Amino acid sequence: MELISQSDISTPALKSGDRAEFARLVDLATPAIYRLGLKMLGSAQDAEDILQNTFLKALQSLGEFEGRSSPMTWLYRIAVNEALMLIRRRKPQVELTDEPAGESDDIVAPVQLTDWCCLPESEFLTAESKKALDAAIQTLPERLRAVFLLRDIEGLSIQETMEALGLSDTAVKSRLLRARLHLREQLSVYFGERIGKEKK
Amino acid sequence: MTQPHKCGDLLGSISEYVDGVLQDDLCRELEKHLLECENCRVVVDTLRKTITLYHLSDPDAEVPIEVRERLFKRLDLGEFVRKA
Repeated sequence: MELISQSDISTPALKSGDRAEFARLVDLATPAIYRLGLKMLGSAQDAEDILQNTFLKALQSLGEFEGRSSPMTWLYRIAVNEALMLIRRRKPQVELTDEPAGESDDIVAPVQLTDWCCLPESEFLTAESKKALDAAIQTLPERLRAVFLLRDIEGLSIQETMEALGLSDTAVKSRLLRARLHLREQLSVYFGERIGKEKK
Repeated sequence: MTQPHKCGDLLGSISEYVDGVLQDDLCRELEKHLLECENCRVVVDTLRKTITLYHLSDPDAEVPIEVRERLFKRLDLGEFVRKA
């Protein structure tokens, strides 16, 4: 993970229009923003659009960036907004996965109770398993998906996730819990079937 | 589950528990419950495994070189693009 701290990138240089410093920020932040786009939308073309739009918006709004959060948190915020806008524009398809439960604070009680932790480690590392992990992310309602990606994939702290998404501590923790429980259910179905095959 | 009301009460704490940031008294209560409730133990173990798998699954995604080049060109930063 390439997290950029404020000490790595000079905010005054960015704000003064130093193109080389902005290019350095783009260079360092590109893998993280591209990855976020890929996981939010599930498509390489969409990830590229989000990547380009994020830095175009950043360039346009450099004057408003006050440096209270790190440049990376600021870029994540722009990128998530871009992703959510793109998803909203495609609302007819998206409404199917963005069920009302995604917006409520209700915690859905676990249903899948198979213990699949005992599977051999090699089972978890296959290309097929990786596909299952990615597919499970796409089943998350998008607001839970954004919290999960920033916290558990990008490795932001709760505080940084709050800043990037403009959410309260309680909202981040609640969405993170619901996202993790949802993914646990999905993986339990997938790996539960692998246990069944192991036993045959 | 053996104590449904207890399981439901503690469900809200398990994310912080697996992150190791749950406050001490709740942590003790949860761990005591886990000794008695097999279903909750499975939920906690598989939740922890789920998070670990996602942490492990994503080393830095490679950005295709042409994506990087198009980005720098779009930003009018073509002279700064890294070729390697």
